[in-house]
Amino acid sequence: MPNAHEAGIFKRQRRRILLAAILLVLPFAVDGILGRGWLRIVDFAMLYIMLALGLNIVVGYAGLLDLGYIAFFAVGAYCYALSASPHLALAFPQLFPDGVHLSFLIVLPAAALLAGGMGVLLGAPTLKLRGDYLAIVTLGFGEIIRIFMNNLNAPVNLTNGPQGISRIDPISIAGLSLNATQRIFGITLPSVHLYFYLFLCFAGLVVFVSQRLEKSRIGRAWMAIREDEIAASAMGINTRNLKLLAFAMGAASGGISGTLFAGFQGFVSPESFSLMESVMVLCMVVLGGMGHIYGVILGGLLLALLPELLRHSVLPMQQALFGKTIIDPESLRMLLFGIALILVMLYRPAGLWPSRVRRRELSSDERPDETA
Amino acid sequence: MEIFLQQIINGLVQGSVYALVALGYTMVYGILGLINFAHGEVVMMGAMVSLSALSLMAGLPPLVSLPLSLLLAVAFCMLLGYGIERIAYRPLRHAPRLAPLITAIGVSIVLQNLAMLIWGRDYHSFPQLFANHAHRMAGAIINDIQLAIVVAAFLMMAGLMLVVHRTRLGRAMRAVAENQHAAQLMGVDVNRVVSVTFMMGSALAAVAGVMVSANYGLAHYYMGFLLGLKAFTAAVLGGIGNLRGAMLGGLLLGLIESLGAGYIGDITGGFMGSQYQDVFAFLVLIAVLIFRPSGLLGERLAERA
Amino acid sequence: MKLLELSGIGKRFGGLNALTDVSLHIGRGEIYGLIGPNGAGKTTLFNVITGLYQPDSGEFNFNGKRYRAAKPHVLAGAGIARTFQNIRLFANLTALENVMIGRHVRTRSGVMGSIMNSRAMRLEEKACRDKAGELLNLVGLKKPHQTLAKNLSYGEQRRLEIARALAMEPLLLALDEPAAGMNATETENLKELIEGIRNAGITVLLIEHDVKLIMGLCDRVAVLDYGRKIAEGVPDEVRNDPQVISAYLGVDGE
Repeated sequence: MPNAHEAGIFKRQRRRILLAAILLVLPFAVDGILGRGWLRIVDFAMLYIMLALGLNIVVGYAGLLDLGYIAFFAVGAYCYALSASPHLALAFPQLFPDGVHLSFLIVLPAAALLAGGMGVLLGAPTLKLRGDYLAIVTLGFGEIIRIFMNNLNAPVNLTNGPQGISRIDPISIAGLSLNATQRIFGITLPSVHLYFYLFLCFAGLVVFVSQRLEKSRIGRAWMAIREDEIAASAMGINTRNLKLLAFAMGAASGGISGTLFAGFQGFVSPESFSLMESVMVLCMVVLGGMGHIYGVILGGLLLALLPELLRHSVLPMQQALFGKTIIDPESLRMLLFGIALILVMLYRPAGLWPSRVRRRELSSDERPDETA
Repeated sequence: MEIFLQQIINGLVQGSVYALVALGYTMVYGILGLINFAHGEVVMMGAMVSLSALSLMAGLPPLVSLPLSLLLAVAFCMLLGYGIERIAYRPLRHAPRLAPLITAIGVSIVLQNLAMLIWGRDYHSFPQLFANHAHRMAGAIINDIQLAIVVAAFLMMAGLMLVVHRTRLGRAMRAVAENQHAAQLMGVDVNRVVSVTFMMGSALAAVAGVMVSANYGLAHYYMGFLLGLKAFTAAVLGGIGNLRGAMLGGLLLGLIESLGAGYIGDITGGFMGSQYQDVFAFLVLIAVLIFRPSGLLGERLAERA
Repeated sequence: MKLLELSGIGKRFGGLNALTDVSLHIGRGEIYGLIGPNGAGKTTLFNVITGLYQPDSGEFNFNGKRYRAAKPHVLAGAGIARTFQNIRLFANLTALENVMIGRHVRTRSGVMGSIMNSRAMRLEEKACRDKAGELLNLVGLKKPHQTLAKNLSYGEQRRLEIARALAMEPLLLALDEPAAGMNATETENLKELIEGIRNAGITVLLIEHDVKLIMGLCDRVAVLDYGRKIAEGVPDEVRNDPQVISAYLGVDGE
């Protein structure tokens, strides 16, 4: 037995090293084979995966439906956009003649705290009630944040309204700007490569934290709440506080992703934070497999790449068939998302890649009941 | 004072629409304990279908084409409501709570994007069929359409109350709302009652959709989202699951919104203007959830297991 | 030595008086039975004792402390554990995880400890797992501990629920119809298990329809009818109480 156990650990370790090697080489492979544009898409996909992993804590572990998750992403993005761009010079020329240019490493934790704090403010009144209310309140919150982003350009120009904020400082860490090609240990790393590695680090961090929490007392309490809230409270679990914790952690993680997004894109506008984005992230979690980290990563990857694939297939196909575009890929994508949400819930509620326990449960359901 | 009265009138008109839509939320919630997220999209579908019907019947006299298109929209939405329940909710009636919420979102997205594919991204203008006379009342103005909306909404609400409290069907609905299991044992066909509830709610939604687009002269594939959100707020404000509550909540929310948008400039010293109108519904929602989660006329919800 | 003391507890649902002026006390180490016809208010009283319902009137003392409008998790922390009439396990988690969740109130690891995988957290986790395994063996769960709760048989689920409640190291274990749906052998095993639990020093509150089980097991029994306590005493007294016979036993014709 101990030998088998050790072999298992050894096998897992080997798999991890292999995975790390693949991820390290990935940007060069994508860049070399598909081109730099695709690597940029992969970078964005990494951001979406981080978002999906953050939402997974809320939806997958604690079973809370958050429909305005993108709002926390927006909070993080605007946080960085305002504190690392010339924009505030417009509103407060005396105070900040050149705008504000804080370091990424200072803004990041602040944005996480701010987003988490907003999560607490929003969750505190709602989480003691039934789960449906949270869904509606978060839905409304997502919309409100957008209204404010769109309108806080007058009388004091805070957000620059629908035009958004541009000329955001690129992320630079320890004097190393990620917007320029850098040579590290004799390897030439273009900007998109650098961002890939940065996002990889943060995605890895979220995965690590999720995994540790999942197998802990806290994670078990979340799952207990998800399965049966009343039974959970009878077990002495303070359901309200633990739900709040999950909600705040998800929000903070969304804030971090938002900060990275703003730094990477150099430009933010309310358009990037519509309800549809929230739905898309939710889709990633549900489709991949609620509560299963690898499933969620798969879901994130699939759905982040899907629009690109659609753009490259649906448009030419329609052109060839009908000579014009009948269905634009954007609405086709949303239509597919909606249908996917319904179908997955009806026929495969554990998602495309369920966790091992779930998988066992699915297979055991197929067996005739032994006890009957 | 004239502005005040005008805002009251606008609020009442808008509130009547909210009330009709809120009834749909509250009926379904009362019976299934489920928030039908797709309800706002049913409103939108009602508006769009009636609009298309009107443009198809452009040659007919408005006295024929308007009722016909309204009827068509109602019939279509009833079918839609029935279908939504059968496909997305019924198979999940005993699934974990999260499941029907997610399918509801799915349905909502599908309807919205289907509408966009069919009718495009543009705003559609609602044809003016009758001369829309404006009436002066103590300095404020109310026009024919607004008058018709308020009257029709009140008539429909009265009709609904009659159905629920005076008919066999209504008794069955109340029985299912009270205790589904017991109702079933008493021989009530629960599935039928649920289907009928969805259809009634959708019929009200269709009428509301026509009202909104007639009032603003516009219809749009995205109009259901915010309207649904606000109507839901109205239902919560009145006490979700409670029919009278939905009506009261709808009217109140309409008034709050209208007065709020009218005076927000004065209140904030010009810092915020009427573009923040949509924020009020949300603030009301949060405030209700903090201070009186059961709503104005509802029973305590938090304790119900 | 009183562990639980209720005086004048009342609970209304709309116009219905589910409980009226119920007073009772349970001594440490007792097995206390609660019987009554269907709808007599047994489960309501149970829900009041475990914090699921807040009583409209009356006083609630447990382990020398008075509780007002206490939430379930507070009372669970104070030492009241329960099972549910219509089994409420965490269906998609394993048997072992179910019991480990029962340890929640008796463990402390927080977010930081879990993320850092600190030594204290690892030790606690191991102790928790060991204890959960022991309890599963104690209640006699023969299937692998990694079986999902929903794949257990009915009797096994009942026993898993007891193991989960015991994991909380309660002072008072409240069992809501634990023998419901069990056959004679299973009921006999259950009886032994409950006696064992009492011998380990845990006070037991028992709601049961199986009058034979109650009478054979309990030190004292209270009878509820229409939300009022109509009798209380040792099983033999209660059995011969004319009010009880007319209200409960008489109706059933037993």
